[in-house]
Amino acid sequence: MIKILSIVDTIDPGTVYAALAHPKSGGICVFVGTVREFTDEQQVVGLEFETYEKMALKEMDKIAEEAIAKWQLNNVVIQHAVGKKGVMEPVVIVGASSAHRPECFEACRFLIDTLKATVPIWKKEMFKDKSVWVSAHP
Amino acid sequence: MDILFFGITKDIVGAAQIQLLEEKGKPTTVASLKSFLCQKYPEMAKLSSLAVAVNSAYAQEDTPINNNDEVAIIPPVSGG
Repeated sequence: MIKILSIVDTIDPGTVYAALAHPKSGGICVFVGTVREFTDEQQVVGLEFETYEKMALKEMDKIAEEAIAKWQLNNVVIQHAVGKKGVMEPVVIVGASSAHRPECFEACRFLIDTLKATVPIWKKEMFKDKSVWVSAHP
Repeated sequence: MDILFFGITKDIVGAAQIQLLEEKGKPTTVASLKSFLCQKYPEMAKLSSLAVAVNSAYAQEDTPINNNDEVAIIPPVSGG
């Protein structure tokens, strides 16, 4: 069982895929979150992320442990980037590998959905003429 | 007691960290810290939610806060 949890400057999906490979796994499922160019028809120049790293790593560990307890997984990866990211760049990657595909598919969905709800990471959307902290206001 | 701020709360306060000095009326629980901050920084009361972490874990409203705790203000998270 390999568990990789990290906050990084740049995400390299190839490296993450390699880390998920396992002789007992018949499937690897990876989700990559990327910068989308438009929010409500407004053009996004980029996103800027910051984190409370010490706590983020603890929360990521809770999520990984919960997934490991719930599904039979061989490897789990949760990695989030910080700093400025441009359109199409990866900002988050989660993945799991397991003997059969249902476990890694379900685990992958759980990893990203829970990360978005609990891990202390904040994103600022940068438009041409303003920038906005996402979800800050009702 | 040092308090850490992130995301929009850092912009509202204008600092990543402030120090609450020993004085009468200093907050002793998460709930009293939140009301203290919302009173001092009215923009903080307008956020969708405001959580507090004590020693890098989410705390409850009645969690006590002590001088040597690491206290952080957690505005709505938006990772991913």
